[in-house]
Amino acid sequence: MKIVAICGAGIGSSGILKINAERVLKRLGLEADVTAAHLGSLATDAADAQIILTSAEFVDAIGKTFADVIVVENYFDTEELTRKLEAALG
Amino acid sequence: MARPPLAEAAIVIGAEAEDWRAAVRLAGRALVESGAARAGYADEMIRMIEEHGPYVVIAPGLVLAHARPGPEVLADGLAVVTLATPVFFGHPYNDPVRVVLGLATMSSNDHLESIADLANVFNDSSAIADLAAATSAAEVQRIMGEAV
Repeated sequence: MKIVAICGAGIGSSGILKINAERVLKRLGLEADVTAAHLGSLATDAADAQIILTSAEFVDAIGKTFADVIVVENYFDTEELTRKLEAALG
Repeated sequence: MARPPLAEAAIVIGAEAEDWRAAVRLAGRALVESGAARAGYADEMIRMIEEHGPYVVIAPGLVLAHARPGPEVLADGLAVVTLATPVFFGHPYNDPVRVVLGLATMSSNDHLESIADLANVFNDSSAIADLAAATSAAEVQRIMGEAV
């Protein structure tokens, strides 16, 4: 499974989403390849992603995709991330 | 790469900022003071928010201001600015902001370890309130897990 975390720079925020998503997936016992990317590289990085993690601001820019787009409110709240990933994967 | 060092020069406590741009500029100045960035980096951080919106307000009360690596970055660095009066960035969930983190990275490839370290600090849900209430640079360094 492939998960892509998207932000504007592909540095800080998507990095935190990647790290915390990996932690949550590990806790859930799930294997996934999580990548941090920015909007500019979305087309290549997220082409075959099952899930895109991002902020509300980027949903329109991400546009039409086959992936489930999960909007994260608090990037440090692993409970929120667990709930939303479980809902998307379950 | 370890997490960028949090130098005392990169910590500003109880600052006044009239709006979000001023708050980001304070973080930019702290990165300049600590030798991590040139003055223009603040403009780049502001441009990221103007371009993409306030998504950098990644948790209630906390903004992670940053731009891409480039000539305005001199070294990996982190700055912490706490605001005396909270500032609104226009974020749908996480306003108002009391703690401004400024992040400068030399390369987009080797920063993830440092980001993991930041996640360790802030996955503790009390860290943001503790930082906002901190009254000394040493206290900020302790909360951020720096060996002081």
